[in-house]
Amino acid sequence: MKGKNAIGTWVGFLLILLWCLFPVAWIISLSFKSVNETAVGSPQFLPKDATFENYKALWDWPFIGPDPTGVEQDFQKALLNSFGISIIATVLSVILATLAAYAIARLEFKGKRLVLSLALAIAMFPVVALVGPLFDLWTRFGLFNTWPGLIIPYMSFTLPLAIWTLSAFFREIPWEMEQAAQVDGATSWQAFRKVIVPLAAPGVFTAAILTFFFAWNEFVLAISLTSTTASRTVPAQMSFFVGPDPFNPPYAQLATASVIVTLPVIIIVLLFQRKIVAGLTSGAVKG
Amino acid sequence: MAAIEMKNIVKQYGDGFPAVNDISIDVADGEFLILVGPSGCGKSTLLRMIVGLEDITSGDMVIGGKKVNDLAPRDRNLAMVFQNYALYPHLTVYENIAFPLRLAGASDSEVDQKVRDASKTLELDEHLERKPGNLSGGQRQRVAMGRAIVRQAEAFLFDEPLSNLDAKLRGQMRTEISRLQKRLGITTVYVTHDQTEAMTLGDRVAVLKRGILQQLATPRELYENPANLFVAGFIGSPPMNFLPAEVKGNQVELPFGTVTIPEERAAKAQGKGLLMAGIRPEHFEDASVVDEDKVSDEATFNATVDVVEWLGNEAYAYIPFEAPPEVAKQLQQLERDLDGESLRTQLVISLDGASRISEGDEATIWVDARKIHLFDPATGENLTMDAERAGTVPGGNAMAKAEEVGREQDDVQPGSDTATT
Repeated sequence: MKGKNAIGTWVGFLLILLWCLFPVAWIISLSFKSVNETAVGSPQFLPKDATFENYKALWDWPFIGPDPTGVEQDFQKALLNSFGISIIATVLSVILATLAAYAIARLEFKGKRLVLSLALAIAMFPVVALVGPLFDLWTRFGLFNTWPGLIIPYMSFTLPLAIWTLSAFFREIPWEMEQAAQVDGATSWQAFRKVIVPLAAPGVFTAAILTFFFAWNEFVLAISLTSTTASRTVPAQMSFFVGPDPFNPPYAQLATASVIVTLPVIIIVLLFQRKIVAGLTSGAVKG
Repeated sequence: MAAIEMKNIVKQYGDGFPAVNDISIDVADGEFLILVGPSGCGKSTLLRMIVGLEDITSGDMVIGGKKVNDLAPRDRNLAMVFQNYALYPHLTVYENIAFPLRLAGASDSEVDQKVRDASKTLELDEHLERKPGNLSGGQRQRVAMGRAIVRQAEAFLFDEPLSNLDAKLRGQMRTEISRLQKRLGITTVYVTHDQTEAMTLGDRVAVLKRGILQQLATPRELYENPANLFVAGFIGSPPMNFLPAEVKGNQVELPFGTVTIPEERAAKAQGKGLLMAGIRPEHFEDASVVDEDKVSDEATFNATVDVVEWLGNEAYAYIPFEAPPEVAKQLQQLERDLDGESLRTQLVISLDGASRISEGDEATIWVDARKIHLFDPATGENLTMDAERAGTVPGGNAMAKAEEVGREQDDVQPGSDTATT
C-alpha cells in the first residue's frame, strides 16, 4: 500500500513538473534556434544546430536592424532600468512595510483595522483602472518616463502585500523578546533593530522577493508611463521587438529576452529560499 | 544592589480591571522575597511594575532610594528572568549572555571576561557557541540566568522561572537559584504559584489573592501562623484540613469527636458559634505509633479510613466527612480560590510509614490539639493566630476584601480568575 502511494506521488509529481516546465523548456530551446529555423513554420522541439546568435544580437544594439516605428531597441538599457527600478522599489517598500507592520502588530491605536482594510483594498484595486489618471498626473508632475514615475506606483501596489506578510510575522514573535531586550537595557529602536528585525528576517525576505517579482514582471504601468528607454523596463521593451517584418515576429529573439529576464528571478529564489524557510524563532521560548 | 520599596501600589487596567490593589511591601537589600498566589492574583503584574514593563496606576515604586515610577525599564538597571526565558534565538549562547553588556557599550575584552565568568558559574562553558534552539530546557534556563547575572543589576526579578521544567530539574534549579542568590547577595523578587518554591527559596513570602496582600512573613511564620483561611489553605502540601468546629470551654467539637485545646487558644474563640478548625495533615497520627505519654482520650478519635496512599516514608489516609451546608460552601469557595476543584469534603491525614492502617479499617487517630487553628467562617480570619509570630498582616480583613475585589474583577472580565498569568 505504501509502495503504491509512493509511486502515485512520483507519477503525479512528474506530471505536474512536465506541465509547468514544458513551456520553459520550449522557450529555452527556441532561444537557441536561428531566425531561419523559426521562420520555417513547423519547427521541431530541439534546435537543429544550436546557436548563440540570438544572445549576441540581443546584447548588441541595434539587434534586429532599424525599427520601422523608430523606437530605440536598447535591450541593455531596458535591463538596467528593470534592475534599478525593481530594486529601489523593493528596498523602499520593504523598509516602509517593516515599520508599518511593526506598528500594526505591536501598537494599539484607533483605526488600526481601517489601515489594514485600506491596505487590502489598494491591493485589490485593478491596476488598469489607474493607468489613465496616473498618466495624466505624471505628465503634469514631470514624472512621466522617469524612474520615480514607475517606482512610486510599484511601491504603492506592493506595500499592502508586504505589510500583511510582515505583520503576520511580527505577531508570531513573542512579546517577551522585546521586553527582555528592554530590560537588558535596549531602547525601543535597539530592541527593534537587534531583536525583532533579525527574528522577522524570513518575513522580510519573503516580502522583498514578492515585491521584487511584482516590479520585475509588471507590464501595464511600464508600457503606459514610459516613452523611451530612459525608463522603460524589459517586459515593456519586449513588446517593441517587432522586427523588420510585422507579419513575422522574431520569435527566437523574444524567447531569448524571456530567458534573460527569467534568470535573475531564478537566481534570487535559489539564493534566498533558505532564508524564506521560517522556523528561525524556534528555541526562543519554551518548546 | 538596592532595596525595593513598594508603597500603596495600585494597578488598574484600561477596562477598569483592578489587578493589583494597594500593595505595600519593603524588600530589604539582599533579601529574597517571594510573591506567591494562585493564578490571577496579580503577582506577575506586580513584578512587571517593578521592572517597568507595566505602568503604575498609583503608588510609589522606590528602588535604591530613587522613585522609578516614570523610568523606562532600561533606566532601572534590573535583571529579569522570564517565564519562557525569552532568549534571542538568532544569537549564540555567548551573544545572548553578552547582549546587555554590548548594549551598555562594554569593550570586547570586558564582555569576554564577564561572559566567561557567568558561563563558568552556570556551567555553560561547552555550550557558548550553540544557539538556544539546540539547548535543553534546563540549559535555556541557565542561559536566561546568565544574561541576568552578567551585569551589575540592582536586583534580580524572576517570573515563574521553573514552571516549564520537569519535576526533577525543577528541584535542582531551585537549589541552584538559592545558592546563586546567597553567593551574590543580591536583592531578589521571585514570582511563583508553587508553594514549595515559595517555602524553600524565600527569606520572606508575600501571599497575594486577587491583587490584595494577605500576609507577608517568613515561610515558618506562614506555616505556623497563617493569617486567614486562604493563606492556611495555600501554604502546605497536602493542604490544611478544614473541619466544622464548635468551641465549648476548652473543648472543640469536631465531626469525629471532641478534643481539648490549650486554654489561651480556646479563650480567643469563645462564643463565636460555628467555626472552622484548621489542622495540618501532619498533626494527625496513627495513635498506635505515637509515644504512649502523648496519647490521651481527649486527643484521639475513631474513624473509618477510606483510602490509603503509602509512599514509604509516610502514608496519606483519607477520611470523608459530612459538613454543614454553610461550611461546605465556604470550603468550595476556598478550593476555587486555590485553583483546585472540591469533589468531596474529606480529611487528609499524614501517617508514619510504620503505620499499619489500611483501607476500610476503623482506626484510632491521634491529633496534636496544640496545633489546631480556629477560623471565623464568615470573614476567614484566623482567631488563634499569634500576632507576634505572623509577620506582617495587613489590617482590615484582607481575605474579605479580596473577595470583594474578586466580584469587581468578575464584573469587568468574567472568568478572569481562571486566566493564567
